[in-house]
Amino acid sequence: MPSLVSHPDEVKIISHRFGQGAAEIDRYIELDGYKATRAAVEKGPEWIINEMKASGLRGRGGAGFPTGLKWSFVPKQSDRPKYVLVNGDESEPGTCKDHVIFLHDPHAVIEGTIIAGLAIGSKMGFIYLRGEYRYLLKIMEKAVADAYAKGFLGKNIFGSGIDFDVITQTGAGAYEVGEESALMESLEGKRGVPRIKPPFPAVVGLYGGPTVINNAETIASVPHILLMGGEAYAKVGSERNGGTRLFGISGHVERPGVYELPMGYSLRKAIYEVGGGIRGGKKLKAVVPGGSSTPVLTADEIDVGLDFDQMGKAGTMLGSGGIVVLDESVCMVEFALRTIQFYQHESCGWCIPCREGTDWLKKSIGRLHAGGAVDKDIDNIRYLAENMLGRTFCPLGDAAAMPTIGFVKKFRKEFEDHLNGRGCPYKHAREREEALV
Amino acid sequence: MADVTFTVDGKKLTAPAGTLLIDACKAAGIEIPAFCYYPGLSLQAACRMCLVRLEKVPKLQTACTTPVAEGMAVSTETDEIKQARKSMVELLLGNHPLDCPVCDKGGECELQDMTYKYGAGESKYVEIKQHREEQQWSPVVYFDRPRCILCYRCVRVCGEGMDVWALGVENRAVGSVIAPNGGDHLNCEECGMCIDICPVGALTSGTYRYKTRPWEMNHVATICTHCGDGCKTTLGVRIVTDGSEIIRGNNRDKSGINGDFLCIKGRYAFDFTTHAERITKPLMRQADGKLAPVSWEQALDFAGRRLKEVRDSRGGKAIGVIGSNRTTNEESYLLQKFARGVLGTNNIDHHRTADYAAFAAALKGHAGREASLRDFASAPAILLIGNDPTEQHPALAWQVRTNVRLNRSRLYVANHADIKLRRQAKAAVTVPQTGYAAFVQYLSGREGSFDGNDATAGFCDAIRNESSLLIVFGSELRGRDIQSLVQFGLSLPDTKFACLGDYSNSRGAADMGLLPDLLPGYVPVSAAAQFNEEYCASLPTQPGLDLVEMFDAAGRGDLAALYVVGSNPVARYGIDPSSLRNTFLIAQDMFLTETAALADVVFPAANLYEKAGTVTNTYGDLQLVKKAADKAGVRTDFELIVRLADKMGANPKTLVPFGKGVRADFGQTRGAQSGEADRHAVWLAANHLEPKLSPFDPFAIFDEIQRLVSAYNVPRLNLLTGNDEHIKSELVQIEPGSARRDLVFPSNDDLYTSGTLGKYSAKLRETVESGTTVMKPAESETAAD
Amino acid sequence: MATEKKTIFSPELAAHFDKLVTLYPVRRSALVPMLLYAQDEVGYISPAVIAEVAERIGIRENDVASVLSYYSMLRTKPAGKYNIQVCTNISCMLRDGYGILEHCSRRLGIGHKEVTPDGVFSLEEVECIGACCWAPAIQVNYDFFDDLTPGKMDRIIDDYRAGRGKETV
Ligand SMILES: Cc1cc2nc3c(=O)[nH]c(=O)nc-3n(C[C@H](O)[C@H](O)[C@H](O)COP(=O)(O)O)c2cc1C
Ligand code: SF4
Ligand code: FES
Repeated sequence: MPSLVSHPDEVKIISHRFGQGAAEIDRYIELDGYKATRAAVEKGPEWIINEMKASGLRGRGGAGFPTGLKWSFVPKQSDRPKYVLVNGDESEPGTCKDHVIFLHDPHAVIEGTIIAGLAIGSKMGFIYLRGEYRYLLKIMEKAVADAYAKGFLGKNIFGSGIDFDVITQTGAGAYEVGEESALMESLEGKRGVPRIKPPFPAVVGLYGGPTVINNAETIASVPHILLMGGEAYAKVGSERNGGTRLFGISGHVERPGVYELPMGYSLRKAIYEVGGGIRGGKKLKAVVPGGSSTPVLTADEIDVGLDFDQMGKAGTMLGSGGIVVLDESVCMVEFALRTIQFYQHESCGWCIPCREGTDWLKKSIGRLHAGGAVDKDIDNIRYLAENMLGRTFCPLGDAAAMPTIGFVKKFRKEFEDHLNGRGCPYKHAREREEALV
Repeated sequence: MADVTFTVDGKKLTAPAGTLLIDACKAAGIEIPAFCYYPGLSLQAACRMCLVRLEKVPKLQTACTTPVAEGMAVSTETDEIKQARKSMVELLLGNHPLDCPVCDKGGECELQDMTYKYGAGESKYVEIKQHREEQQWSPVVYFDRPRCILCYRCVRVCGEGMDVWALGVENRAVGSVIAPNGGDHLNCEECGMCIDICPVGALTSGTYRYKTRPWEMNHVATICTHCGDGCKTTLGVRIVTDGSEIIRGNNRDKSGINGDFLCIKGRYAFDFTTHAERITKPLMRQADGKLAPVSWEQALDFAGRRLKEVRDSRGGKAIGVIGSNRTTNEESYLLQKFARGVLGTNNIDHHRTADYAAFAAALKGHAGREASLRDFASAPAILLIGNDPTEQHPALAWQVRTNVRLNRSRLYVANHADIKLRRQAKAAVTVPQTGYAAFVQYLSGREGSFDGNDATAGFCDAIRNESSLLIVFGSELRGRDIQSLVQFGLSLPDTKFACLGDYSNSRGAADMGLLPDLLPGYVPVSAAAQFNEEYCASLPTQPGLDLVEMFDAAGRGDLAALYVVGSNPVARYGIDPSSLRNTFLIAQDMFLTETAALADVVFPAANLYEKAGTVTNTYGDLQLVKKAADKAGVRTDFELIVRLADKMGANPKTLVPFGKGVRADFGQTRGAQSGEADRHAVWLAANHLEPKLSPFDPFAIFDEIQRLVSAYNVPRLNLLTGNDEHIKSELVQIEPGSARRDLVFPSNDDLYTSGTLGKYSAKLRETVESGTTVMKPAESETAAD
Repeated sequence: MATEKKTIFSPELAAHFDKLVTLYPVRRSALVPMLLYAQDEVGYISPAVIAEVAERIGIRENDVASVLSYYSMLRTKPAGKYNIQVCTNISCMLRDGYGILEHCSRRLGIGHKEVTPDGVFSLEEVECIGACCWAPAIQVNYDFFDDLTPGKMDRIIDDYRAGRGKETV
């Protein structure tokens, strides 16, 4: 069971019920549970969407799209049923924040789902967890059952005359299914291959009906926003980046864990104060700031605020908020290899550049790491990645290309150190250490 | 839809709103490369070859999924796009085996062409390539995985197009692979559409693999000889010692009435032409009662002399003639002209598989009411009564499925069986096998004999409310039933009809008057006088014996001679050989059929792939057949009829008025089969004929057909350029509803049989025996999927 | 539609499946969960599983094959009773995920996707399992174990072998 961490700089909005047994519905209700939903039922869609817009909440799944705006795109009238889809496929390496939400505050997810449903006029919500999260599914299933028992779900919720049902399920192992349209395919019992866009989900989504799809954390933030008010929530964060988000700090830090920090919080402080600094007093080498698909930052690029815009300016992305910290002992080529291995394994295989590109890159970087490469291989690696970028069917191709380009650009020297039969210097170093002990 | 205006590479273009950019550009002559895009199939956007730059759009967009919009500004030839295409090809070629030198597709490969056009000069790929063994999925379909570029065309054409769904994608990432439904083999209709549509050499044909290179072949676009749909097929032929042999059949130029389609027979079942049992020498029955090879001169002499004797001693009444469902119109026409004009008999018939005569009669005076096969691809509503097109008229089934899929056409099916096309049907009723006539009455609003329920009532109402309908019916309906159905159809605002018959030229056989009571164009024999001048003879005006009566007569000893051309009545009608004891039998065929085996003289004949002329499919689409293959020793039925007539002392010039009319050569007089040019010239000279035009020129007869059969008087240029012309059904003189024996005897050939030809197609047999053709459709799969 | 009588699944699972296919707007939506539950019970996706699932949902067997081969958690060969899935993705790699994998491999004498002779354990190197902040982490079937060391790993293996392990299904 993941241990809870805490730090004075945290602003606990989403996480304020963590570790207080809120998975039990009665306890949840004591902690202001389902108040927000009641309010939403009374005040109606207009109000909900306005509050969401005011909150400046931006999607926590990675793209950072303003949630209120997304909801407002759903057509009022539709001859097909509308759906709410909660994306709990959480598979981006470095990311485990939704994990904690499902574990400690499942009802917040249910509330957020109902509220989203009320906002767009949907009668059915789906909560889709990644296949590995079976034990979290159990928790969600119990929470949903309890909510039904209390009449918060099902027919005529809160006496509103509105019916709302929630279905929970898991996938079966596929990162790409986290992509919104691939997720819909998976939910329809198909291969997790994304759909052609446009049309976008808000117009034609699940079962062809208008669909709001949001990340689990986004959804879990919704009830809190309605409780404290959009304005207030927005103030917590930085400019055009409302509120807080859960940051997962992992890798070579003293106190890894999931922390709730205000948007715009300093990356340096996140690593050195919240995360407790580099493990064993080692030197920081690099940071992958928002999950494995975000371009790497070097040790001297970390004076940047953790929000979508500032990270963008810094040439990388806030992504899924998974901050992966690398100390000086890491071979960047090996790290790049492990990263591309993941995307090669998870490519759905639908389109040429991603299917072939990730495989080619994996082979080339692997050969390079083993010492079997020559100078022009480095340029070719970059050439391949740059020619995948922006040309694939869905963003997974970019997710594979962007970090690769970053690694080659910022750590070319390390790549060169592997060339011409030399192989990995770090590996050799490690072997020497081991030999000494 | 309304037109929109947009610019591509600075050119102002207009196209209907909603048109896909890739199509709009193509129409304007701007080529945008594509692998996965295929017109009419669902969109994939997977190959990323069609990326273009749309003004004000951050990323490159796929032209295959972008509908044109007003004011849209597109560039397709910038350096950025050139680079995108180049790298896409590089990525494809990375793990590609590059075994072009031994690949069947070499020279016809879209990947080769793209590489040539857009690809890189050198390869950056130095990693190890994944080799995988090729797999045989069926006797006719092979899969070479490393060559596959995953464009998903095969998957879509099999599922969406054929409604077979035998192909799918398995695994993911680089492991993604096209997989057959049988695990390691196919269970499907073996149409081979997946092979035709494959842009590379991943799917190859079991009949053609590793036989030759495309550029080594002569490609002849002609008409399939198997069923009544008359698909255009391209035959790949190469020279061999005894002529030229067909080694490939496919749908190379998709200009035919069949569009993209070809079935297993059209694609693979051409190998009967080279079957070992093919007769290549004339045979004559010897004193010992056995058939033995003789010279052409002997055989023709003898046959001609005996026929003359019989005619002069016992008159034409004592001679019978049976024509073919697979000879050209010119040959069928010539045969009846020979029978009536030279033999002086109306005892002429053929194996009838549909009541075309009754159909023609029912449509008397209603021009332009016959549907072309093309019409089925666009008709807003279609009523199918009887038949099972998927099995018996696969091209029709394809057109209907395509129409339902792309145009939401409404299909109504009335059938006794659970035929596959019901899956595309908007509504279907089950009719008792013997209840079709009653159903037609019921449909026409005459309740009674047919007990309809609410469903059938609703079914019929829906049909009656169709403002534009296409009615197609099988041989279940004949004579008066066809009459009533057509009458009903004509009572609706706008209806066209089609009558389904079995073989490649059954329709032509009937149109050309291979009937005892009807002359070409369904002119009653009573009105034969109008033909006398052209024929320089006075034709008999009494109806002759039909096919069944002929054998009865033979049994009674009243039929002294019988001339059977490309037909096997003995087997088909189970004739007792002894009934032919006293009949002088001449058979003209490719094989020693049950009928030929009884003959006194057997002439080795060419087949439809070895001759030129015209054929008419069951819908009345007139098409040109071109000579593809060539076999030394055999002769076309056309030449044989002329030579026989010549031996009987008839004047070839009146039989084939080759002095008159358009002097165009179908290509008929070239090559081994009709005698090498010099042998041919010698014969002409010996008969005081001008060598410049030959009596074996079918076009000379076609001229006459066009003069006498007004329905066939269609513009000729279009035919000559290899296109289809729909004949005009009108000016029929036969009386509607006149009671005649229809004698229709459907052969019910299915996807995997084709009468005698099918029997002699090894590939067809092998495929059926392999068990890969059995396929059980999952009910849940509907047109909607 | 399969009836209890001729099902290859336990009555409970069969009943659950009967309900599952009716839960969603379309039957097919139940496919992925069904395959996972079937695998939990049968041990892997056998041809018989494919056949019955296809029939229950009303699709072709090759459709099922096509879908199941897409998802990395679904397998068509049996695994051990306890399938040890070691994450070696970036966060775990940085905290010696590979060391844990090697340790398990040595300790169990099997490699990636192999099963111990007694069929009790199988080993699998997996992609990120969503426990990055508690790395290195593994899953035994559906249960997570994090912040691992070789010593901890040994205890986990011992517990399972002794039948004392957590068993979420
Ligand atoms: C390859 C890929 C994987 C993704 N995985 C996830 C995921 O695991 N969880 C998630 O919430 N969003 C994921 N996304 C983003 C979703 O497509 C979608 O943008 C998001 O769920 C929208 O919710 P939000 O607006 O609340 O962020 C992924 C996107 C891509 C392209
Ligand atoms: S980029 Fe292409 S291959 Fe990669 S996951 Fe997206 S669609 Fe699939
Ligand atoms: S043709 Fe557009 S992506 Fe293949």
